[in-house]
Amino acid sequence: MATMTMAKALNAALADAMLADDRVLVFGEDVGQLGGVFRITDGLQARFGDKRCFDTPLAEAGIVGFAVGLAMSGLRPVVEMQFDAFAYPAFEQIASHVAKLRNRTRGALSVPIVIRVPYAGGIGGVEHHCDSSEAYYAHTPGLKVVTPATVEDAYSLLREAIDDPDPVVFMEPKKLYFASAEAELPARKEPFGTAVVRRPGTDATLVAYGPAVPVALAAAEAAREEGWDLEVVDVRTIVPFDDATVAASVRRTGRCVVIQEAQGFAGVGAEIAARVQERCFHALHAPVLRVSGLDIPYPAPMLEHTHLPSVDRVLDTVARLQWDDQPDARWVAA
Amino acid sequence: MTTTPQAVRRASPRKRRPATPAAPDPSAGLLPRAEPVRLLNPDGTALPPRDDYPEPPVEALREMYRRMVVGRRFDAQATALTKQGRLAVYPSSRGQEACQVGAVLALRDDDWVFPTYRESVALTARGIDPVEALTLLRGDWHCGYDPAARRTAPQCTPLATQCVHAAGLAYGESYQGRDTVALAFIGDGATSEGDFHEGVNFAAVFKAPVVYLVQNNKYAISVPLSRQTAAPALAYKGVGYGVPSEQVDGNDPVAVLAVLTRAVAHARAGHGPFLVEAHTYRMEPHTNADDATRYRDPDEVEAWRDRDPIVRLETHLRARGVLDDAAVAAVAEEAEAYAAGLRDRMHTQPAVDPLSLFDHVYAEPTPQLVEQREQVRAELAADDEEGDA
Repeated sequence: MATMTMAKALNAALADAMLADDRVLVFGEDVGQLGGVFRITDGLQARFGDKRCFDTPLAEAGIVGFAVGLAMSGLRPVVEMQFDAFAYPAFEQIASHVAKLRNRTRGALSVPIVIRVPYAGGIGGVEHHCDSSEAYYAHTPGLKVVTPATVEDAYSLLREAIDDPDPVVFMEPKKLYFASAEAELPARKEPFGTAVVRRPGTDATLVAYGPAVPVALAAAEAAREEGWDLEVVDVRTIVPFDDATVAASVRRTGRCVVIQEAQGFAGVGAEIAARVQERCFHALHAPVLRVSGLDIPYPAPMLEHTHLPSVDRVLDTVARLQWDDQPDARWVAA
Repeated sequence: MTTTPQAVRRASPRKRRPATPAAPDPSAGLLPRAEPVRLLNPDGTALPPRDDYPEPPVEALREMYRRMVVGRRFDAQATALTKQGRLAVYPSSRGQEACQVGAVLALRDDDWVFPTYRESVALTARGIDPVEALTLLRGDWHCGYDPAARRTAPQCTPLATQCVHAAGLAYGESYQGRDTVALAFIGDGATSEGDFHEGVNFAAVFKAPVVYLVQNNKYAISVPLSRQTAAPALAYKGVGYGVPSEQVDGNDPVAVLAVLTRAVAHARAGHGPFLVEAHTYRMEPHTNADDATRYRDPDEVEAWRDRDPIVRLETHLRARGVLDDAAVAAVAEEAEAYAAGLRDRMHTQPAVDPLSLFDHVYAEPTPQLVEQREQVRAELAADDEEGDA
């Protein structure tokens, strides 16, 4: 066991993947000599040479489209989008080609590429640097969408994403990059596509992913004082979604709050809440509730704390889970 | 005699700068010739031979003629099939056969082609089964041929996005030690799309062996070239990326093959991408669903009919004594048989399997897709029972 950051674990995963498979190429903006603006590719160019890890022109559609062509020639590109909102120019390539090429060609071509997207806020970033863009990708059939919340998962999920035969959008919560934890690498545990119970509990289930997982865990810890024993499920892979683990947890606890940092409307949390309700209706003692960011463009740094789901907002929501078996007054018609 | 001060200044030797050798022009070798390369006159008579673009071998030109004639007959058949409701839509290649067939003949079979939706004739010229080439438009699937086996990407509908794929593929091939060339087709309108610029730029920066063939057919559906660019010609876009370029008369099959052969050789030799602008004309509307009379003068269409690439090549080959009535008749007969075969095969309803919808979304279906497949299977079974009752 050693203490390391998520950034270091991601770096180790890239290095180990490049070592294991010489078809793996890492490229993007500033990923070469600089090692990426977050240093996730630090040292890769020096170690593997500038043919395996290289800078590209500053053009995100170009980066992703180039990766499509490289994949067609048999290589395994791993590309970095420098920030969430800077990936939008690549969206046409992602939605129209990366996601569809296997389907359009009945499997004759595939696009085993990984698109790494540092995402979400909580870092005091100025505008266009803090978007939670996961729903755009999760809404696009053909993509897998992954987001780690722990140091060990960052390593193992990235290795698995690189080995995956399908394209993976790998969403890295920026605010967790430099949080450290005890970790042992290589860490490869549960199979890709499975959620995990991060904290067992009996009274209600908090379902979270990526940057919301530490919030859920902190809320569960704080809830002990209120007398609630909360379970926390970390989704890990938004696509494919692990209905079984989430539903099993909610059936055990009978109550569920879904937490996401992204704005709420039409978001991943809405999908999860619907799926839980469909599968767990008869086990539920209260409606499935959601905690999310506000339905606003990502705010300026000095206001972001109001936007971001907080422990208090989670606890307030947990309090509304009809513990007295009475309906929530605000939803009852006058 | 009085002189103006200006004239005095001009005459004064003291004002003359010392003679220094001119700095080399960094754009030298990148700019296209001001006029499109042309080896045949519009009437098919030959222009004087030129050293920079020697005429391709007779056998290649005869083969080009054959594939153009067959391609045009295929194109007419596809248009007819659309009128009969067998195809959802058909964007015709008529008038652009020299570009599409020339591109295919300039390449090796193991080179890659990145076609757009208008390149049906390029597909059939590559030997792709015409029924498979029309799968997209018949609507029983998207791409009907195996792109990996045919080294031909699926026909690209999102404009210009294929330009970047071609750069990546070509770079990936050279990275792995193979001398494959990629040729990307693109139209005049799509040169306005960002991915055209990103593709050519990536190819240039990474010295990827790509030939970008812009078929400038003068209209993007209804929008004329003047709304796409203020450049003197689309070929001039190359210099901005450090990419050499050339203009060619796209209805002169001999010139098209000569220019593309040189462009492919340039790319294969490791000199990076090459941009060719072929001036041609879309004789038909954008698709059968379009009404070109709303935006094109019939006289303009008629003027282009006089530069028909097939007539031009036939005239030239006959004048050279390498094509006679018998050979022309044989090719026409082959084209008829090709069209008849296509017609027969397209008049059967293709079998489609609703459950196949789930097969290639991912390498392995997700649990959610497995559930949905079961749902559809149950719906189909219920439909069958109702049908039996």
